[in-house]
Amino acid sequence: MKRNVLLYAIISITGLVLIGRLFQLQIIRGADHNPSQNAAIKTVYDYPERGYIYDRNGTLLVANQLSYDVMIIPQEVKPLDTLEFCSLLKITKENFGKRFKKAENYARWLPSVFLKQLAKEDFAFLQEKLHKYKGFYIQKRNIREYPINSAANVLGYISEVNEWEAKNNPNFQQGELIGSKGVEKEYDSILRGIKGKKFLQRDRLNKIIGSYKNGIYDTLAVNGSDITLTIDSELQQYGELLMKGKRGGIVAIEPKTGEILALISSPSYNPNMMVGRQRAANSVVLMDPENLDKPMFDRGLQATYPPGSPFKIINALIGLQEGVINHNTHFYCYNGFQYGKRKSEFMGCHCEIYGKPIRLHTAISKSCNSYFSNTYIRIIDKYNNPSKGMDAWSKHVKSFGLGNYLGYDLPDGKKGLIPNGKYYDDRNKYAWGPTTNISNAIGQGEIDTSPIQLANVTAAIANKGYFYTPHILKKVGKNAINNPKFTKPKYTTIDAKHFPPIIDAMEEVFETGTAKWLKMEDIAIAGKTGTAENFVIVDGVKKQLDDHSILIAFAPKDNPKIAIAVFVENGGYGSTIAAPITSLLVEKYLKKEISSKRKWIEKRMIDLSLQDIYNQKIKKPKEEFKD
Amino acid sequence: MRAEKNNIFYGIDWLLVFIYFLLVGFGWLSIYSATVTDENISFFNLTTRYGKQLIWIILCIPLIIIILFFNSKFYERYASVLYLFSLLSLVGLFVFGKNINGAQSWYSFGSVSLQPSEFAKAFTALAVAKLLSDRQYNLDLLKNQIKAFIVIFLPAFFIALQPDLGSVLIYLSFFFVLNREGLTLNYIIIGVLAIILFLLTLLFGSVQLLIGVFLVLSAIVYLFLRKNKGYFKFNWHKILGLYLVIGLYIFSTSYIYNDVFEQHQRDRFDILLGISKDTKKIGYNTNQSIQAISSGGISGKGFLQGDRTQGNFVPEQDTDYIFTTVGEEWGFLGSTFVIVLFILLLYRIIYLAETHTNKFGRIYGYGLASILFFHVLINIGMVIGIFPTIGIPLPFFSYGGSSLWGFTLLLFIFIRLDASKGYEW
Repeated sequence: MKRNVLLYAIISITGLVLIGRLFQLQIIRGADHNPSQNAAIKTVYDYPERGYIYDRNGTLLVANQLSYDVMIIPQEVKPLDTLEFCSLLKITKENFGKRFKKAENYARWLPSVFLKQLAKEDFAFLQEKLHKYKGFYIQKRNIREYPINSAANVLGYISEVNEWEAKNNPNFQQGELIGSKGVEKEYDSILRGIKGKKFLQRDRLNKIIGSYKNGIYDTLAVNGSDITLTIDSELQQYGELLMKGKRGGIVAIEPKTGEILALISSPSYNPNMMVGRQRAANSVVLMDPENLDKPMFDRGLQATYPPGSPFKIINALIGLQEGVINHNTHFYCYNGFQYGKRKSEFMGCHCEIYGKPIRLHTAISKSCNSYFSNTYIRIIDKYNNPSKGMDAWSKHVKSFGLGNYLGYDLPDGKKGLIPNGKYYDDRNKYAWGPTTNISNAIGQGEIDTSPIQLANVTAAIANKGYFYTPHILKKVGKNAINNPKFTKPKYTTIDAKHFPPIIDAMEEVFETGTAKWLKMEDIAIAGKTGTAENFVIVDGVKKQLDDHSILIAFAPKDNPKIAIAVFVENGGYGSTIAAPITSLLVEKYLKKEISSKRKWIEKRMIDLSLQDIYNQKIKKPKEEFKD
Repeated sequence: MRAEKNNIFYGIDWLLVFIYFLLVGFGWLSIYSATVTDENISFFNLTTRYGKQLIWIILCIPLIIIILFFNSKFYERYASVLYLFSLLSLVGLFVFGKNINGAQSWYSFGSVSLQPSEFAKAFTALAVAKLLSDRQYNLDLLKNQIKAFIVIFLPAFFIALQPDLGSVLIYLSFFFVLNREGLTLNYIIIGVLAIILFLLTLLFGSVQLLIGVFLVLSAIVYLFLRKNKGYFKFNWHKILGLYLVIGLYIFSTSYIYNDVFEQHQRDRFDILLGISKDTKKIGYNTNQSIQAISSGGISGKGFLQGDRTQGNFVPEQDTDYIFTTVGEEWGFLGSTFVIVLFILLLYRIIYLAETHTNKFGRIYGYGLASILFFHVLINIGMVIGIFPTIGIPLPFFSYGGSSLWGFTLLLFIFIRLDASKGYEW
């Protein structure tokens, strides 16, 4: 080996290694170099205004107001006159330390919110002095403002993006607001708009030394779109007024379109509570699990109840569709129905038609339990195996949108429960038959539905066999929605011809039946009252509570404009609370005001409070709550 | 021939001169980009780094003329004197030196500072050339080897005391020179093995490594040596001795590393080997320089367009990290161009050195090539994250008059020697 080869070789190898490493860095790694992740570039955001929300008549429900957050980038903070700064911000020195630590723990190099939503006066004062405090700046933001104290659960609220997301999702910065409940959440992407970005070149000391590449990457903010909801704000407010002092949910739908006219959950809260500096304190109260009012719980969407008697209509329709009954089919009632040999196997009935043949029309208007128990048994027994019978029944019921998410455009919901054959196969060791779950005949038992599901059933009945998936969004900007999910009808498994007699019978409910005292001369309401038993376990003992008061109805009968479902928890008979509320809502919606003859009903409903009954549920002695 | 002898102009290797000016020019552009601020640009403004460097570059021309003015015989004859003078300048630092950044490496004259260690390299190269070119000198003799080591490591010793360990490392490059002149390769092999063992110890821990080495050695013994034939003879004593030496070495390594090294030195190794991650404090420089270079892509962001360079994100960017400017603003193409220029320069120096009939010129040429090679390797290696952080300048590029003049001196003494090779005797 010649002695000069060694150095040549080593130099050549070194050259290759260096160039290879440069290749790796600059060509392989360099390819995914992104200017926004570049530490040398500061990104300044311009937040767009969030879209406004209107009701179907153009009433403004949600607007914006300006708010000023003090932001901090910990690593840029220079020693400062803490005392003066604290007095500017009106915080204590300890509080300053705590906030600073929190921001530092979050990330030294990222902006985080130091003090939220400054009062306007403080802002004006602070703005002049802030230049002295390096590392602090003010971020202008739009927060929500609610001109009308109504529909809090429908509208939802916006809140700060969570820390994890702010850190890991490059589209979000800490302190940025996103919809986190209700319409605000569902249509966040429409409402939020697109924030503008400005890239600024800065040096190692974070001094801005100009616009990055003369602003070729900068983007302008695009404001969020305004949206129009299907809600009728007047109806909504009126429903909330009527529900004062009561717990429950009301859902009103326009049958011809599936548009949700009102979505009332009671008790509710003032949406302005979730805005501003009191928000944190308020939300603790509102979300307190000990708070049995559960104001954040949307009883129209999330509460499920046994539907009770209104469910008899579905059973009647299934009976007709399956051909196991017709209009002349009659059953007898002896203050109830003995479905088994044992004495306990008896279902009581309040129809008060003893020993006479009862036909479908009367059975519905008088809500006869015996009639529908017989019908139910016939439906199940039509198939040679109760499991198959249950499946057939279940399929019909589910075609009304029960037992599963309805697919409406709000983020909260419950499936409810419609059992099928397998459900009972799994739960019964021994052979079972229709009498095992006879309660299903009258909407009790395993069946579980939410108010919006029941309102949808009512709309399907009003439409004689089809429904549009309920929805809350009517327009984005000026454009009506055209999502086929909401504009194409969904058909039930019941033929249209079976509906008219049922609807006639439902009219009878308000003519001569359980709700006759609410009859209006000029509006024909078709409806069905209901009363659902409910139980609570207190100290391990099953205790029956006051029944839930239920009603479904639509009006006018011949050209339905509103379909409605009302649940009032522990309201007793359907006819005593749910029915008057329904009739008032119908009158309000169709006539815009309540006739003077019926003002007393209105007053009675507004004044009625069930608070005493609800208080009984609290088994802890009152004294404990004193302070 | 007579005319040429009197006019060295014809003997100068213009390729070397050309590459030199290319590198210095490119270097100055990089310094300009790294230190320019938007405010009034004036090239000869002594308050700016690029202005100062420009003055240093211009002053190189009289320096070069002076270097070329001396007869090549002068360098050979006075090598020892120059060497002694340079040793004195290093020792003098402990009395008159100025402490900058924790190292007493500077003589300060008003606003100008000089770093004698930058010049000591050239004079050591001259002294080594003088020593080795002696006709009586034979590197096979241990006595002569030790003589050479003393000449090389005496200045290194004074520099280590400053302390400037980065510059000390450069003196190891003289092993290439010694090897070229006949020193056995064993020194380099043992040195490289020692470095590998050292790094492995850090990576795996001393006990684990010892077990690993034991297993590997045993496997080698079992597979190749037990048949007792070929070059290696099976010898229990040798093998046990080898185990013992390696074991002692590994344990002393981990002792030195853990108990003699300073924490910041340990950190540099740990980060490089991926033992610990840190992008904020110690690893900040390397992390920033890698980011800046990566962001350059294929063709770079363009002169003065590097946002990390303009934002001064990389500390020491105009000195030790000057290569990041090339990487960010000129991209893969630009940085490869610079590396290729350096390699060409080195090839050319070695090629020319080999054409010298005079041993002195050849040895000096080798010294020059080895020193430049070490600087380029360690500096660029550090900047692109394959070497630990060792602060030495990139020849002809980095900001600093002493380093520029030191390398100019080194190179042009060789050019002067080369210009008159073949007819000086």
